[in-house]
Amino acid sequence: MKTGEEKILLSHGNGGRMMHQLIENLFIKYFSNSILEEQTDSAILQIDTPEIAFTTDSFVIDPLFFPGGNIGKLAVCGTVNDLAVSGAIPRYLSVSFIIEEGFAMKELEVIVSSLAEEARKANVSIVTGDTKVVNKGKCDKLFINTTGIGSVRNENRLISNALDFSAGDVIIINGTIGDHGMAVMSARESFNFKSQVTSDCASLNHLIREVLDRSSSVKFMRDPTRGGVATVLNELAGKTGMGIDIDETALPLSRGVTAMCELLGFDPLHIANEGKVLIVANQEEGKHILEIMKKNELGVHSAIIGRITNDHPGKVVLKTETGGSRIIDTLTGDPLPRIC
Amino acid sequence: MQYIDEYRKKELILAVSKELKEISKQPITLMEVCGGHTMAIHRFGLHALLPPAIRLISGPGCPVCVSSQHFLDTAIACSKIPGAIITTYGDLIRVPGSVSSLEKEKANGHDIRIIYSVLEAVEMAKVNPDKKIIFLGIGFETTAPATAAAIVEAGKANLLNFFVLSAHKVMPPVMKALVDDGIKINGFIAPGHVSAITGTTIYNDLPKRYGLGVVITGFEPVDLMLAILMLVRQFESKDPKVEIQYQRVVHVEGNKIAQALLTKVFELKDDRWRGLGIIPGSGLKIRSAFADFDAEKHFTVHVPEPVDPKGCICGSILRGLKAPNECRLFATVCTPSDPVGACMVSGEGTCATYYKYRS
Repeated sequence: MKTGEEKILLSHGNGGRMMHQLIENLFIKYFSNSILEEQTDSAILQIDTPEIAFTTDSFVIDPLFFPGGNIGKLAVCGTVNDLAVSGAIPRYLSVSFIIEEGFAMKELEVIVSSLAEEARKANVSIVTGDTKVVNKGKCDKLFINTTGIGSVRNENRLISNALDFSAGDVIIINGTIGDHGMAVMSARESFNFKSQVTSDCASLNHLIREVLDRSSSVKFMRDPTRGGVATVLNELAGKTGMGIDIDETALPLSRGVTAMCELLGFDPLHIANEGKVLIVANQEEGKHILEIMKKNELGVHSAIIGRITNDHPGKVVLKTETGGSRIIDTLTGDPLPRIC
Repeated sequence: MQYIDEYRKKELILAVSKELKEISKQPITLMEVCGGHTMAIHRFGLHALLPPAIRLISGPGCPVCVSSQHFLDTAIACSKIPGAIITTYGDLIRVPGSVSSLEKEKANGHDIRIIYSVLEAVEMAKVNPDKKIIFLGIGFETTAPATAAAIVEAGKANLLNFFVLSAHKVMPPVMKALVDDGIKINGFIAPGHVSAITGTTIYNDLPKRYGLGVVITGFEPVDLMLAILMLVRQFESKDPKVEIQYQRVVHVEGNKIAQALLTKVFELKDDRWRGLGIIPGSGLKIRSAFADFDAEKHFTVHVPEPVDPKGCICGSILRGLKAPNECRLFATVCTPSDPVGACMVSGEGTCATYYKYRS
């Protein structure tokens, strides 16, 4: 692959020779697998279960590179995690690129390489894809869409439906919250602020599989991405009609995220995560699941952060560190930094 | 985390709460002037720790909330000037003007950018000489010195394309205006960060002329509980005075450098406050020596006389006369996702705080 000053041109997306070179020299090189190499219009896939999980997500993040990852890695983690929290085993991904004319080939290669590496880690194959190049100014550098297919075992197929909740069930998370949102914010050019915060961006399918293989009592799973933990819990409370109590002192938080949130006036419960899963299970089984998660490198800081309750139906209430309590709402709009 | 954990200690908070319950005999109403204080009181659930005789009401200290609709309409009109880039601190972009908001204008294709420091706007002016960078200067003595510093910096750099639309305000006149207006309070929980700049002598009139206690405090629960305790002690011993609880940040003389910058760049003007009308000597106008950077002087935009939104009682809330749940729009028509009045927009607005922390 040529690097240096080489730029993406409109001809890289026009179906001609340059596009084929780009596919050969970049995409096939990094994503190589037998299905992709057939280069047919559709990938023909084998799957080992009668039912499949099918999901799609588009990635338009600014900036493209942030501490802990880049848009390529994120594009895999996001879709893999959506499949995994549905109880599916992620198998195949499609990847589509919309690239702004003039985008540096070198940066594209770094992104494609991270994407491929993350796919390998998550054990998913990239089997089909598409490339479009748009005129300068018609998109913001690079957008990626990934669509994923996973196989679903019968015993896991209702896992994200939140059935059979009862008071006393525990809510577990696999580590610190708010890291992705704050890492991206601190990486923004305009943000004149140095921080140690690193995105938690990671594929959770192996962690989740360990839990599902060793416990049949997971009642609900969801990845708290945009809108943060607060948004998922509010959806859950709304859907089940149960109340949720969260213990502020139990929330795993990194020092950097705590500091940034204090400074900017954000609530970490509203900040995005890209490598976190919330799991609900009954109290006894919850402790067992916590132990399983803590042994995985993506779950070292796992904690029980709250409980399902019959009190305050449909509402999420935070028991504060100072002994008070307050309602935690769904995020409204983008979090905006405060003035003073 | 240092400077936070020690001021959130449950046992300390409960100890102050216990003492308050012992010494508080007569009903007392205190106004927390600053939006940051309102936020912290609700966030940490301090109401529940106070004896029933102590009533806290929220004041006019949220910069976004008190910025007049006229200012917002002017800012929106400025965003339509060809080549203009509006730069603003975050909360302001969602505040509804008479017919639009900066957020809606951004969607209409006007260039409106959220910045974290006014110096970013100065940098933007340096690298975009063909653009007009207009900074929306809002806030009290806390944020105004930074705006003053930016204007001085723009002067040194001979920038011809950096402008400030100033809605900066000062605190003491509005506190006095509220008392003159007949608001029944017994003391002020005075703003911590304003006082860090101004020092404390600006409040000396309040105990002398009005018999009101003033305690300047920080934003952590222990700070606020101690400030309330100090005010109750003053009240019970009939000895109103100005005291500093927030001694780790605030000193009697304040920040002299910031004060000098403020005086150099700004002069006082009569200013409009949302819901409170025009208060003499309460706003900061850019001095004529810096007129080149004054958006009001440089651009002519026509803004019709604003009409207050129907049913919104922001004015009474900012004056501490009513609480948000007394407004018939609160949490029904007016919510953070679709705010009617400014108090619902800012994270430090009284209505947004009551909404967020309602139980």
